[in-house]
Amino acid sequence: MANEPMARLELKSITKRFPGVLANDQVSFSVQPGEIHALLGENGAGKSTLVKMIYGIMQPDGGEIRWNGERIVVANPKAARKLGIGMVFQHFSLFEAMTVLENIALGMDAKIPARELEARIKEVMTQYGLKLEPHRIVSTLSVGERQRIEIVRALLLNPKLLIMDEPTSVLTPQEVEQLFVVLRQLASEGCSILYISHKLHEIKALCHTATILRGGKLVDTCNPSVETSRSMAEKMIGGNLKTIEKAEGRKVGREKLIVNRLNMPARSHFGVSLKDITFTVREGEIFGIAGVAGNGQNALLLALSGETLTDDPGAITVDGAQLGRLTAKQRRLAGVSSVPEERNGHAAVPEFTLADNSVLTARDRLGMVKAGLIDHKAARTYAGEVISTFAVKALGPGSTAGSLSGGNLQKYIMGREIMQNPAVLVVSQPTWGVDAGAAAAIHQALVDLAASGSAIVVISQDLDELLSLCDTLAVINEGRLSPAMKVADADIEEIGLLMGGVHGDPAATANLHPEVAHAH
Amino acid sequence: MSTEFIIAAIVTIVGLTTPILLAALGELVVEKAGVLNLGVEGMMLMGAICGFGATVSTFNPWLGILGAAAGGALSSMLFAVLVLELNSNQVATGLALTIFGTGLSSLMGLSYTGFIVPVFGSIFPASLASDPYLKVIFGYSPIVYFALIMVPAVAWFLKSTRAGMILRAVGENDLSAHSIGYSVKGVRYAAIAFGGAMAGIGGAYFSMVITPMWAEKMTAGRGWIALALVVFAGWRAGRLLVGAYFFGILMALELYAKAAGFSFLPSQFWAAMPYLMTIVALSVISIRDRSGGNAPACLGKPFLPST
Repeated sequence: MANEPMARLELKSITKRFPGVLANDQVSFSVQPGEIHALLGENGAGKSTLVKMIYGIMQPDGGEIRWNGERIVVANPKAARKLGIGMVFQHFSLFEAMTVLENIALGMDAKIPARELEARIKEVMTQYGLKLEPHRIVSTLSVGERQRIEIVRALLLNPKLLIMDEPTSVLTPQEVEQLFVVLRQLASEGCSILYISHKLHEIKALCHTATILRGGKLVDTCNPSVETSRSMAEKMIGGNLKTIEKAEGRKVGREKLIVNRLNMPARSHFGVSLKDITFTVREGEIFGIAGVAGNGQNALLLALSGETLTDDPGAITVDGAQLGRLTAKQRRLAGVSSVPEERNGHAAVPEFTLADNSVLTARDRLGMVKAGLIDHKAARTYAGEVISTFAVKALGPGSTAGSLSGGNLQKYIMGREIMQNPAVLVVSQPTWGVDAGAAAAIHQALVDLAASGSAIVVISQDLDELLSLCDTLAVINEGRLSPAMKVADADIEEIGLLMGGVHGDPAATANLHPEVAHAH
Repeated sequence: MSTEFIIAAIVTIVGLTTPILLAALGELVVEKAGVLNLGVEGMMLMGAICGFGATVSTFNPWLGILGAAAGGALSSMLFAVLVLELNSNQVATGLALTIFGTGLSSLMGLSYTGFIVPVFGSIFPASLASDPYLKVIFGYSPIVYFALIMVPAVAWFLKSTRAGMILRAVGENDLSAHSIGYSVKGVRYAAIAFGGAMAGIGGAYFSMVITPMWAEKMTAGRGWIALALVVFAGWRAGRLLVGAYFFGILMALELYAKAAGFSFLPSQFWAAMPYLMTIVALSVISIRDRSGGNAPACLGKPFLPST
């Protein structure tokens, strides 16, 4: 297959080196006309680097790219677009205060009069059923609508190859389905699609071929309709993943954290409201919350940490104490620690030293403030302990948080909370963008903390992480939490359905949707 | 109130409004490109002295206006280089430009003290310009008409031209504009130069029309009102016109209060009115819309591309 002469795109032994890392190591595969080709792999497997070279953002250090059989050098994105390669990025580069039409016009290489452009946009929109109002201001649009702008922008160039970088990570299940319809139609018209994702069920549903990368190397090129999700996951993760050591005879104790009918209105037009969230975490239990991004995970974390308060004091209790009206500081004193998703700027202040960052959350529990003055010695000592216990690669407590790599900072933040021995720890995306070694260390620390009797809530989009880490699991969708299920007898299919919004009561889910997508 | 009084009042208000309208229009374009230039006052003074100097040297007020625009634009380039090339803090650099412009204009003005130039007045025939009634339309300096034409021109440029769209894009999301392939620095240089030129012409209105002579600090803080006006107008050219005339009326009230000898309120109160209204307007706007409404998202932030 790799030697077919008429492949739309063919990569031969592509290699890309970064200081200290081999991001792509002799990667070869080809994409046929009209093929939807998945590029599958974990964070850091080299998927993004590879497509950046195809789109001309980076240049390969070795190997060659062939386009319709001819060897090419893609000097920059403009050259890529000229060849007929379009790309829709994971993070959109849109101008919020400007209209849809203006955003598309700004992204076009050719200067097209506004009226003509609008006509062409309408043509593309009707052809593919992509609904957009050209004169709407982008800031009033939902994430899915914003992605449609990027897609329309790419389609206006009549691409022969469309690269989609994790397009569904921010979409609602309904928007994902709409996107798939568009992509299938494009493919049927002969456009090749390179689809980057780590979501196996999507790849099985959409793609004709899957190329799996691990650690920069091509592991396999396979047919996803023949493979199972499990077999692809094994290829993606590799056999050498560290297993988590769970202590022998670990037992969950009495009920610790009880969340009972927690409601929270949406914080912004496009935020998600929490609706009757109810769950119980026992001593020594790790409770996982799965779900597609943007289904209320952030709102739930903020509600549990105390950054947003509930009206009902009894909605959140720990050991019977009502926490619903307590502030974040009071909750920390009561033993509830939390680690938000965003490391820089939320969990830690990048410009502060690690010692100062430890003061931010540990000052009360560990007595780092005396008579209104910071006890710098205590802060430095504690930061040093965290660094050595969690093997954080940092020069010392005086290093700024911003100078640490993502994985090391995450280890530090997790360590800072765990070493305070919280009764309840709530973490969101504990291993997001963290390399495998650091992820294993963080997982082990969570398991150990649970073994010491704490109740732990892990909010994550990574279902595999939750399945390996947690005792109990529930799925959040549109701000509603499913009933909890034991991980040991959890059914992947059922979890997938819950993540896609199929609750016990489908009508309720259907009614929920408009609130989220069109609050404006 | 007699018709003569109303006409005299309108002429006064137009005169007071024109310099702040010009300077604010320039600053509007600068801010739409994402740059906050607090040096308006300094650029106006530079324009005032350069315009005056050029008029004295050439006896041609049109060349005077050109000189004023050049003086304002050149002084703004000092700010532009510091802010765009060295990523210096825009607020501090803008304040420095005001101080610098105040000082340099005073120094340059030393050799022009005592000179008087003919007022750069109406270019219409005297039968129109001096007619007791028609002068309300024809009796102004060409600078006044220029300012009024520039309002729809700037609005049209920002809204309907491709260059204006790119300028707004640069002010809205400089990194995205850069990644698409637009020259963020180039756009900002051009915007800052335009802002400087407009402030310069606004300043020259003082030295060439209002009092056709040079005096130190003759713009008397109008540059600051122009800055507030941009926020007051919510970064829209049309509202800028309304706001400028609102401030013009407030400033005229001070003059009339003094002349009429109103004793129930001290004249200082009227003098403080425009500034007071600025604070009130800014508070009202910030209460109404916490996000700052129409403010360009990159306003005042340095442009730091990763590659």
